[in-house]
Amino acid sequence: MVVKKSTIRAWSRLGQRGSVFAIAMPEIAKENPKVKLLTADLALLSGMDRYIAACPDQFLNVGIAEQNMVGIAAGLAMEGYTVFATTYASFIAVRSLEHVRQHLAHMRCNVKLIGSSAGVVAAKSGVSHWATEDLAFMRALPGMTVLSAADSLAAIKMVQYAASTDTPVYIRLSGGLNCPIVYEEDFEFEAGKIIRLRQGEDVAVLSTGLMAAESLEAAKLLEEKGIQAAVYDVHTVKPLDQEMLRRIFEGYRLIVTVEEHNIVGGMGSAVAEYKATFGRAPRQVFLGFPDAFGRAGNQRYIWEQVGLTAPQIAERIARELDSRDE
Amino acid sequence: MEESREEKIKRLQELARQIRLDGLSMALAAGTGGSHIGGSFSCVEIMAVLYGEILRLNPREPFWEERDRFLPSKNHCVLAHFPALAAAGFLPREELTEFQKNGGRMTGYPRNPEIGLEYSGGSLGMAISVGIGMALAAKESGRSSRVYVLLGDGELHEGSNWEGIMSAAHYHLDNLTLIIDRNHLSYDGDTEEVMALGDLAEKFRVFGYRTISCDGHDVGALWNAFSVQPEQGKPTAVIADTVKGKGVSFLENRRESHHIAITQEQYEQAVAEVTAW
Repeated sequence: MVVKKSTIRAWSRLGQRGSVFAIAMPEIAKENPKVKLLTADLALLSGMDRYIAACPDQFLNVGIAEQNMVGIAAGLAMEGYTVFATTYASFIAVRSLEHVRQHLAHMRCNVKLIGSSAGVVAAKSGVSHWATEDLAFMRALPGMTVLSAADSLAAIKMVQYAASTDTPVYIRLSGGLNCPIVYEEDFEFEAGKIIRLRQGEDVAVLSTGLMAAESLEAAKLLEEKGIQAAVYDVHTVKPLDQEMLRRIFEGYRLIVTVEEHNIVGGMGSAVAEYKATFGRAPRQVFLGFPDAFGRAGNQRYIWEQVGLTAPQIAERIARELDSRDE
Repeated sequence: MEESREEKIKRLQELARQIRLDGLSMALAAGTGGSHIGGSFSCVEIMAVLYGEILRLNPREPFWEERDRFLPSKNHCVLAHFPALAAAGFLPREELTEFQKNGGRMTGYPRNPEIGLEYSGGSLGMAISVGIGMALAAKESGRSSRVYVLLGDGELHEGSNWEGIMSAAHYHLDNLTLIIDRNHLSYDGDTEEVMALGDLAEKFRVFGYRTISCDGHDVGALWNAFSVQPEQGKPTAVIADTVKGKGVSFLENRRESHHIAITQEQYEQAVAEVTAW
């Protein structure tokens, strides 16, 4: 797949979900006839027309029945298929969680779950359609690889990676159309390897999903105040990149984790669990949903309620650095 | 010489007896911790007919692609399933009483196709969907494999079953058979009092199934039900009318038999009853 700046812009317009299902999946299915794509009545919204036209026999719509979808995916996987199953992150990671635990984690089925609209992009549809605990649920399952895409290109790389493995993977897609670009050029995606997006010596910002773009914006604002923030994309929430984290812990006195997710059990928690094994480690600030749902509104409104917009992230980091200096 | 129907029935009845005797040895070996005797003994004849006659399996080639797939959704039935697997050559009979050994290969409903365990069930209401995936795969590859899913009747309280039941008909999976062990008892009592299931045969019929009701302890009736040619485009549901704890007087039709410990004395009484039956 040739990746040019113009294609990156086009994929950004399609968003993460559109890029995955209209661009990446048809290629993956054409290459491997043992690939199946299952959806729970979300083909239209996911932009699967091209896929369905190109690979009709590799597609199955199970209707609005997420548990059944994951079970069928497991049965197909037991018979040698590489199965992708998708719907809203809130439904695939929560409604069908026991099927994921039993069939994917326990029985080690080769199923890739793609949870779309994670975080709060489903804004005004309300809490039922938000996914702000999916990372916690998926991360707690033995053997699951948990990925969280920063932009459309990263999302495409993740499904390509998932297609090459024979283990269960959860891919968290967030945002809607016009997804901000984090990776302006083609890059090497390696699962489990944190990517440094920006250098800086004053604070390390560990971000995931849409918060990568937001954190980069925050870093620019901080730079205007003379604060140099390093920004990292923790695209693999499980397994953690322990080697890189160790270096970050050694190099900074303050780290800030930023995620469009509950601060309970998400990426920040994963980092903190590992950090706790060190005698000396930097202080950590957790940015995310403060173990509360909040009121519905548009996505930016919801982010503002919990301090996840770039100016708020920058302001909080500046304050934390100040208080540390006192 | 080909086996006559009478001989076949006699053989399957003897197999059922052996399964119950082995199941009792397992129940005794479980000690005071107890085991799921009731729901195992209600499906003994179903296991005997499946493993003795219906399922195409080869213990020397457990991963044979053309094999039939049997998924025990009500996986609590190990006191019937493991003895049937032993009789079919998947397990040494001596190993049966180790079914609760710490870390054992049979302990805790594991998936292990090498010993004929296709599916790790136990949490109810989840296996139909997996069976559908397997049946779709068999159809796509042109294999003649059939998929059988054994369900408890109480298990049908779980809503996820009905997602699967609906979709198997939608996908025209005539290579899928659902077997309902209709023993009328869940852990807490009569299914019709706990949560009424009503006329299951009618329910499956309107869901688009070729539906067969039969006496679940009559091996001849079960054999007929399982060996009827499938109706094109329709999955099959066999509603097997059974008795929980069947074959042992002090266990029959008692909700306590769901999970119970038996003493040496009770074991001996049960063996005498099963042997005489």
